[in-house]
Amino acid sequence: MTADQLDTVFAALADPTRRAILARLASGAATVTELAEPFEMSLPGISKHLKVLRRAGLIEQGRDAQWRPCQLDASPLKEVADWVEPYRRFWEQSFDRLDDYLQVLKNREKRRARQK
Amino acid sequence: MLDRNSAALALTFPSDREIVMTRVFDAPRQLVFEAWTKPEHLVHWFGARGWSLTICEIELRPGGTYRFVWRGPEGEEMGMGGVYREILPPERLVSTESFVGCVPGKESVNTMILEERNGKTTMTTTIVYPSAEVRDAVIQSGMERGVGESMDRLAEHLQTMA
Repeated sequence: MTADQLDTVFAALADPTRRAILARLASGAATVTELAEPFEMSLPGISKHLKVLRRAGLIEQGRDAQWRPCQLDASPLKEVADWVEPYRRFWEQSFDRLDDYLQVLKNREKRRARQK
Repeated sequence: MLDRNSAALALTFPSDREIVMTRVFDAPRQLVFEAWTKPEHLVHWFGARGWSLTICEIELRPGGTYRFVWRGPEGEEMGMGGVYREILPPERLVSTESFVGCVPGKESVNTMILEERNGKTTMTTTIVYPSAEVRDAVIQSGMERGVGESMDRLAEHLQTMA
């Protein structure tokens, strides 16, 4: 995945409505009308969001002109997760070590307070 | 032991040149701030498993510099450094950061905010890069070398302290 494609995926994920649409599609395919229902949004409004998601490769839309059911394609999400994984690991491991070290510091302070 | 699930690191990308890291620590923010700003503390925790902080120099004043160098399990090295801009213990630390070997002008500006509640500290660090390209390059290559899985040095360290 190129940096441009990653940016397209991040931009698509930056919007709460689009994240809700993806969450809905995670439980199965849905038509545009079904997707529009919980958001009190017009069909053109939803279609705009779907277009952004489609460009990012996050959904596939059927060719049937009348129903056009949408389906989730999670592969770009995995690529985003893989991309950030080494960075996340560096910080996760550092912070896990910091957790343990902070306990050492806390115990040291307690001992010091008792000695006073 | 801490419940790791409640202390999960959250990484978000609010724009194409930012990273926001959020993490909760089970300690007052005074301690968290000291752990971040004193070399005698940083050497005990900063870096991925298998990496040791061999150089840790801190000049904790606005305009003062810092420099960290790690050595990895295979003897490889990586370093980062920058300048402190704002120091407000124990709640706020603003600094620039760049990896050794980076072209000047490509450093990020990091703002760490520490908030304390019921003895726990929430750290929110916003890292702003000059461009999306720089951010992506740091994520793709800069940290990769910083990760080693060879051994858990922490366990050893805690044993020597016990």
